[in-house]
Amino acid sequence: MSDHKTMTLTLIVWRQKNASDAGKFETYTAKNITEHHSFLEMLDCVNEDLIHTGKDPIVFDHDCREGICGMCSQVINGAPHGGQDRTTVCQLHMRKFKDGDTIYIEPWRARAFPIVRDLIVDRSALDKITQAGGYTSCHTGGVADGNAILIPKPIADEAMDAAECVGCGACVAGCPNGAAMLYTGAKVSQLALLPQGKAEAAQRVTNMTNAMAECGFGNCTNHYECMAACPKGINVKFIARMNREFIKALF
Amino acid sequence: MILDGKCPTGPIEQTWDKHRFDLKLVNPANKRKYNIIVVGTGLAGGAAAASLGELGYNVQAFCYQDSPRRAHSIAAQGGINAAKNYPNDGDSIYRLFYDTIKGGDFRAREADVWRLAQVSNNIIDQCVAQGVPFARDYAGYLDNRSFGGAQVSRTFFARGQTGQQLLLGAYSALSRQIKLGTVKMYDRREMLDLVVVDGVARGITVRNLVTGAMESYAADAVCLATGGYVNVFYLSTNAMGCSVTANWKAHKKGAYFANPCYTQIHPTCIPQAGDYQSKLTLMSESLRNDGRVWVPKKKEDCGKHPNDIPEDARDYYLERKYPSYGNLAPRDIASRAAKEQCDDGRGVGPGGRGVYLDFADSIKRLGEDTIRERYGNLFEMYEKITDENGYKRPMRMYPAPHYAMGGLWVDYNLMSNIPGLFVLGEANFSVHGANRLGASALMQGLADGYFVIPYTIGGYLATVKPGQVKADHPEFKQCEENVKAEQNKFLSINGKKTVFEFMREVGGLMWENCGMARTKESLETNLKKIPALREEFWKNVKVTGSGAELNQQLENAGRTADFLEFSELLCRDALHRNESCGGHFRTEYQDAGEAQRDDVNFCYVGAWEFKGAGKEPELHKEPLKFDNVHLAIRSYK
Repeated sequence: MSDHKTMTLTLIVWRQKNASDAGKFETYTAKNITEHHSFLEMLDCVNEDLIHTGKDPIVFDHDCREGICGMCSQVINGAPHGGQDRTTVCQLHMRKFKDGDTIYIEPWRARAFPIVRDLIVDRSALDKITQAGGYTSCHTGGVADGNAILIPKPIADEAMDAAECVGCGACVAGCPNGAAMLYTGAKVSQLALLPQGKAEAAQRVTNMTNAMAECGFGNCTNHYECMAACPKGINVKFIARMNREFIKALF
Repeated sequence: MILDGKCPTGPIEQTWDKHRFDLKLVNPANKRKYNIIVVGTGLAGGAAAASLGELGYNVQAFCYQDSPRRAHSIAAQGGINAAKNYPNDGDSIYRLFYDTIKGGDFRAREADVWRLAQVSNNIIDQCVAQGVPFARDYAGYLDNRSFGGAQVSRTFFARGQTGQQLLLGAYSALSRQIKLGTVKMYDRREMLDLVVVDGVARGITVRNLVTGAMESYAADAVCLATGGYVNVFYLSTNAMGCSVTANWKAHKKGAYFANPCYTQIHPTCIPQAGDYQSKLTLMSESLRNDGRVWVPKKKEDCGKHPNDIPEDARDYYLERKYPSYGNLAPRDIASRAAKEQCDDGRGVGPGGRGVYLDFADSIKRLGEDTIRERYGNLFEMYEKITDENGYKRPMRMYPAPHYAMGGLWVDYNLMSNIPGLFVLGEANFSVHGANRLGASALMQGLADGYFVIPYTIGGYLATVKPGQVKADHPEFKQCEENVKAEQNKFLSINGKKTVFEFMREVGGLMWENCGMARTKESLETNLKKIPALREEFWKNVKVTGSGAELNQQLENAGRTADFLEFSELLCRDALHRNESCGGHFRTEYQDAGEAQRDDVNFCYVGAWEFKGAGKEPELHKEPLKFDNVHLAIRSYK
């Protein structure tokens, strides 16, 4: 545990000054990295070196660094979040890499996510989908007692499975069509499963899928890449449920 | 000056209802004439913005993240308290009130805590209505678990992601209001100044983190819901972007900072692995429902594999010291006990800084599947970080900075001493006294946002004319110029040390000399070293890039500069408080390891007034009165 053998890695990182810049890959070396470094801590070390030599550090989104805020967003060697099962970039640790490895690091790439700078993209389109209907229209105050609505455990659990989405957008980055079907399907399903959400289910699925199309997301062609990329393991069955809700809403 | 919290009087059970009736109202047609700024979109800010927007006010909400859904409330794991008494185990509003006052070591206001306990039940109902998938039983009823500092099961939870689900509930309510146009959302904006005109809060200066542009926003009231400051210790369980900046800027504009020395060190966090580490990860207190905490009895055993240490060679020190609460002793007490064992040379893991949290007994009793169902995501997280399997060998834990009980001073209406400036959630000092009980932070954030500020802000707005000051007032321009000048200074120093290096240094000083245990000497050391470090910072920091672009180093430079000032105030407060209470433990004031309060001399809220850079701040006191819960030695034995 404390035998700190260190690694040296070659990083090939996407650098792009702003949304209108063309952008290109740059190569860096990460030195003195231990297996206990998280991936972002490895990047911190590279950035400290860059600052000391007067260069602009690599810019990336991150905040909680414990896999829950959904802010971190990097495609590592072609896989959103680096390809470890149910893991965000911030929870990926360097023990998954070997001394001498070359690592490619890119931002999410999707039509609906314009690049802001380097590895940071603009994901406000996901907020727009939620604003279109990802809620129950309850008012603050004036609601029923929590136990007045009975929700048997299997239903509550399935709603929770869907609700775990952290809104990182890896599903979009992983999808060959740049679709946000898993993100939208998870919210539609969570609320459609629960009695509190049923009243507005038809309106919700219609509004949210419309917003999805307006924001420039693609559609689903059953590649399941979204589920593979999802750091919370959200199941594609929720896309199927959304499709059923969508059809139901037509009648 | 003696501060007045303006608490309602009379029987405690009637205080909030009576006060709500006494508050002036703004009539529905007039509400849309008022602008309200809400900074921060966590549980307190998100809930406030959504609820105020729904009432008809014009709300402008701000967050530094790319979406309001990412505020750090999202990381809370274990649960949220409410006095529902669903398990029929003797809970009541009065008991929740009592436990919170006692848990806070008698350093909170009774009326504020009563209100919190009273509205706790409304919060659960509100969240259920929003579609928060709380844990339920097979018949469909809400499930509860136990948390530290309570002998009843009053904690509601959604797996190990309760904060996430509650925040997404608030975020969904906020999204609805954004769509309806009552709330205008500004993301990737950081508040860098409070604009005060003629002594009244009139707006804020923010930096657009994408373009670097300075922006001014005016309003009739400003609500800060900007969280806590324990990143002053550098390594903490807070998100990387959490800072004292918004609060500190308000403090420098006149808002009093109350009880900054009350910081919570959470007992169960994954121990630090190396110097490069950027943050510490908390493991929910709920784990102590089924995990037993121990260290080896003998120092010689510390290096052994834990499973090779026989039962009679283990010291289950919490069960030994606090038999009636056992492993569910409150956080301050559990943290100190862990430090005590490690200081005694019986800690485990790297550097001897760790204790075991052992699930073997529970797995034997309930089976691994039950434990996995209760805490699966936490075991997974532990394994990702440490590469160890918590089902097979005990987890290693060590305390880490987690929460700030101190914050900006507010009265019962959550208004600071600056008229028009309200402070919500962790950012204020109000309800947790010197120590917060588990599952009470979520409760306070949502109470303030959904059920307190919507009433109390009306009481203020009803007394002011809307739109008196606009963003073209010269004071806004002046604030923008001041912020720009500071940013240019950071960029022009071009020294040798990075922002991180300074933050690590000040954090190290704070942890070493003002952490779990503090002495007069250690605090005086910090009061010498911090100003020197601050001076070095302003001569030797290196920030690359420019101010007119997305520049994360520049953002961090500002936050670090503020921590370098604030840390001194925290130490000063800790030094002046010659007693131990809750999270503030002065080694000189103890009774065999237990905190020794001094109610004769320190039963007050200490609120500090900024008197100018480099000048001594002035202390104002708000005496605390206990009419319902009698001041007593806090015992969990």
